[in-house]
Order: sequence, then structure tokens, then C-alpha cells
Amino acid sequence: MESVLGRYRNLVILVGVLFLQVLGLATQVKRGGGNDPESTRLIRIWAVGAISPFERALVWGENGVGNLWHSYFYLRGVRAENRQLKNQIEQMRLEQVRLSEDAAQARRLQGLVAFKEQFISRTVAAQVIGSSGSDLSRTIYIDKGENAGIKRDMAVMTADGIVGKVLVVYPSVSQVLLISDQSSGVGALLEKTRLQGVLRGTANGEVVLERVMSDEQVPVGETVLTSGGDQIFPKGLPVGTVTAVGNGKDLFLNIKIKPAANLSKLEEVLVLVEKQERQATAEDNVRVRAADILAQRLPSVPDKPATDANSVSGAAAGSTKPSDSKSATAKPAVSKPETKSATPASPMSPTPKSPSSRTNTPSSPASPPANPQPPTTESSPQ
Amino acid sequence: MPITYTSNEQVEVYRFSIPITIGVPLLALFVQAFVPLRFPRFAVYIDLPLLVTIFFAMARRNPVAGLFTGAVIGLAQDMLGHNPIGIYGIAKTVVGYGASSLGVKLDVENAGARFLVTLGFYLVHSAVYFTVARGLVNMTQTWSWSRGILAGLANAALGTLLFFLLDKFKRRT
Repeated sequence: MESVLGRYRNLVILVGVLFLQVLGLATQVKRGGGNDPESTRLIRIWAVGAISPFERALVWGENGVGNLWHSYFYLRGVRAENRQLKNQIEQMRLEQVRLSEDAAQARRLQGLVAFKEQFISRTVAAQVIGSSGSDLSRTIYIDKGENAGIKRDMAVMTADGIVGKVLVVYPSVSQVLLISDQSSGVGALLEKTRLQGVLRGTANGEVVLERVMSDEQVPVGETVLTSGGDQIFPKGLPVGTVTAVGNGKDLFLNIKIKPAANLSKLEEVLVLVEKQERQATAEDNVRVRAADILAQRLPSVPDKPATDANSVSGAAAGSTKPSDSKSATAKPAVSKPETKSATPASPMSPTPKSPSSRTNTPSSPASPPANPQPPTTESSPQ
Repeated sequence: MPITYTSNEQVEVYRFSIPITIGVPLLALFVQAFVPLRFPRFAVYIDLPLLVTIFFAMARRNPVAGLFTGAVIGLAQDMLGHNPIGIYGIAKTVVGYGASSLGVKLDVENAGARFLVTLGFYLVHSAVYFTVARGLVNMTQTWSWSRGILAGLANAALGTLLFFLLDKFKRRT
């Protein structure tokens, strides 16, 4: 052994150094997507891959012996248990359908309440002072760092268009990942057709737009803007123009983009350090509360007798009469919210009725079953 | 372009002062990081740290020293980028070992030998980098023979000139 080590000393040292570096790589590299929180380090995959066959063999042996016992010597009550389990499965499937409907509704309401747009508030200018020196890692270094308020994942751009995002921050220097790098990804959309996609870099430094279906029409020369979907770049910033459109992998197009900013001759860039978030509203004078949307969907509850006596006399005139009679009491209540209440009313929604309905029957929503309507108009399905 | 075989006794082993040992690789890394800002194609076709690795490995003619020189320079070059640290390290470790082992057996002092050796090791370096990046790190890499050979010739030409410049700093042991 010693003579072998002595004879091949240099080779042994070479293998040792290479092994250490491979180990170092394996502790850094993750499989399953670099930024995916569920991705796993390669060294763990190797370790688990080395041990798991033995574990599997052990469990297989264990199960084999157990199955032999249960399948041939212990069959009592199996048929009844099987029937019981099948019933349980059916019940759980019904429950699952109900829960997924509830979850979808909750998500829609959440989206309506929490939608925000982003705008540029403050930028910091920085000089480009270096690069990675390799065409396989497209990054640049800028002369502003933590001391200047730079943080990770801040957007970087020039007056012409976007450049990339901050990858690593040091005290007085920052590393910026360019949009032409393979690991970069930017949410983008086409200006005229409003088709959305993901902007990625390629191995040879080109920029392509992915995830656009192949049956869409994308003209050459179309402008590409940021979509805001990545929460890094505000919406509407220039990205580049379409230079070529071809068929890509699966059912998507391969759209080549010429970046608006000249990525190979960067000298000064702007770092977006502050973004303003603003609640998006459809119209300024129309505010719909989530509770009111839910109220629209709830079934109607018949009015109390005192109110019913008035509505019966008008019932012969038509279906609108009950609402008209209610409107006699509702009308004053309708005007009040519009002028002074903290919950402004919408003429198209049942909200004008809700304050009045609350005063009379706190738990009863508007009478028309599912159609929101102003008190004085005829009921019309929406 | 003669490549002559020599016996071990005739091989000259050189040393370098500490400022040169540290300063030249650092300067190479700095130039490699700075020049592409003005000449973007520089990073695509030229690998200055590789040339410095080959020069030091061939001059020292010690495989252990050569592989450690390549490892250190390669790891430092990895740190400039954002890819996992170790890809250039592994590639330059192999080149450092190979160049110093070759330097023990061959006379690589003349221009022709240096040109061929640099060309060969550039291709070896590219192949090792491609294998590690694709096999271990799962990076999307494309292999282009035309680009590899063009870059190899460019590095070989630049290396031949650079090596004559760096010869001035050699000290005989």
C-alpha cells in the first residue's frame, strides 16, 4: 500500500484535490431548480442515492415476510374492512370537491382585495466597474453596495431599458445578473398583442421570450415590455424588440429579442431602490367590498311580517312592487350612504339596500334572489 | 516546430518570487474581468488565467505545484461569476497537473512547442469545463468545434507572446 501511494503520489494528490472540488461543487449545486425552495443539494442526492437501495431492500424483505403472514394466515375481517374503507374514500372525495370550491372562491376574493400596482419611486446611479470575465456567467459589478442602500433583487436598468437585477450585495460593490444570463428570468409582455411570457438568456448570450403559445401571432419588430409579474421590475419598462419568431420546444414559440439596453457596452446604470405600491381600483367612485360580493351570492331571505304586509299589497302589480315598497323605506337610506356614510353606495349593486336591510333585519340581505338591482328599477337579471 | 525529448537531468526547474507568484495571476484575473467591458468578445475567446496556469505549471515542472496553481487560479476565477465555485477550479487543476507533467518530459521552451501545448490544453480545459458544467451542475452548455478551435488558436498565439514576456521573471533553482 505504501509503495503504491509512493509510486503514484502525484496522481493521488491530483485525485484528492479534484475530489475535494467535486465535493465543494456538490454542496453548492441544487437539483430541481436553483431558486426553488424545495430543490435539494447534489451531495444530499448522492448520499441518499447511495443509502436508499439498501433501505429499500430491507423494507422489501420486511414487507415480503409480513405479506406472507397476512395474505395466507391472517385473512379474517379483510372483506368487511375493504368495504368500510371504500365508503370512507367516497365521503372524502365529496369533501374534497367542496373544499376546493371554497378555496377557489377565497383566492378570487383575496386577489380582488389585495391587488397592487408598482411604480418607480427612487433610483441610484452606479458605474459599471467590472464583469465576471466569462461568457458563461453574464454578470457585471457596479460601484454601489450596501452602504448606498442597495439590496438583493433590486431592478437595474438604463434609460434605454432593463439590464438585470442585483444578485449579491457587498459593502461598497454589487454584482448584477444580466437578463442575457441563462439563470435570469423576467416577466414580460408584448406591447400590442399583450401576450405574456418569460424572458430568459441563452448559453450564447441571446435573449429569448418563452411560454408564448405557438398558435399566437407575434410580429417581428413588436416592442416587449416588463409585465410586473416577477415583482422585481415595475410594469411597462422597455425590454427590447422582437427580431425573429420560430417554433420552439413543446407547443411554444421561440421568440428572439434584441434588448433595448446595450448589454455589451454598459457604463452607467440605475438601480431601482424604492418602489411605490398603490392599490388598484377599477373606478374611483365605485368600491365593492368583499362582504358585499358574498352577499350577492347568498340566497334571499323572506322579509319579516311587518314588512310583508306592505309588500303584499304591491305584489299584485308585479314582481318589482315588493322592491318598490321597500324602496319607500330604502330610498332615504339609499341617499344617505352616498352623501355621508363611510361605505359609499353603488347604484348598480345591492349595497344601497344593505344599510336599510341592516336597520330593519340585521341578518337579512337584499330581497332579490341573485340579481343586484337599484330599488326603483325593475328587477333584471344580471 | 521541434519538440525535443529530454532526460530528467537536463530539465531546468524555475522558481518565481512571491510578488510574481501572487501578482501575475491577480493581474490576469483583473484584466480578464475588466477588458470585456470594452471588448465583449475578449471573454468569449481569451482565457488569461488559463495561460498563466499553463506558464507557471510548465516552468515549475512539479505536478503537485502545478495542480495547486491551477486549483487556486481556477477557484479565484469562479468567484468572479455567479455559477457554483469549483467548475473552473476543476478544469484548471487538470490543466495545471497536465502541463507540469508534460513539462517534466518535454522541452517546452521554444515557441512552437508552447503554441501547440497551449492549443492542446485550451481544448482540454474546455472539454473538462463542459463536462463538469453539464454533468454535475446541469447547466445548459453548447459545444462548438469552430468556436473552440478559433479560441484555442487565439489563446495559443497570445500565450506564446505572453510566455516570452513572463520568462523574464524566471529564476533558476
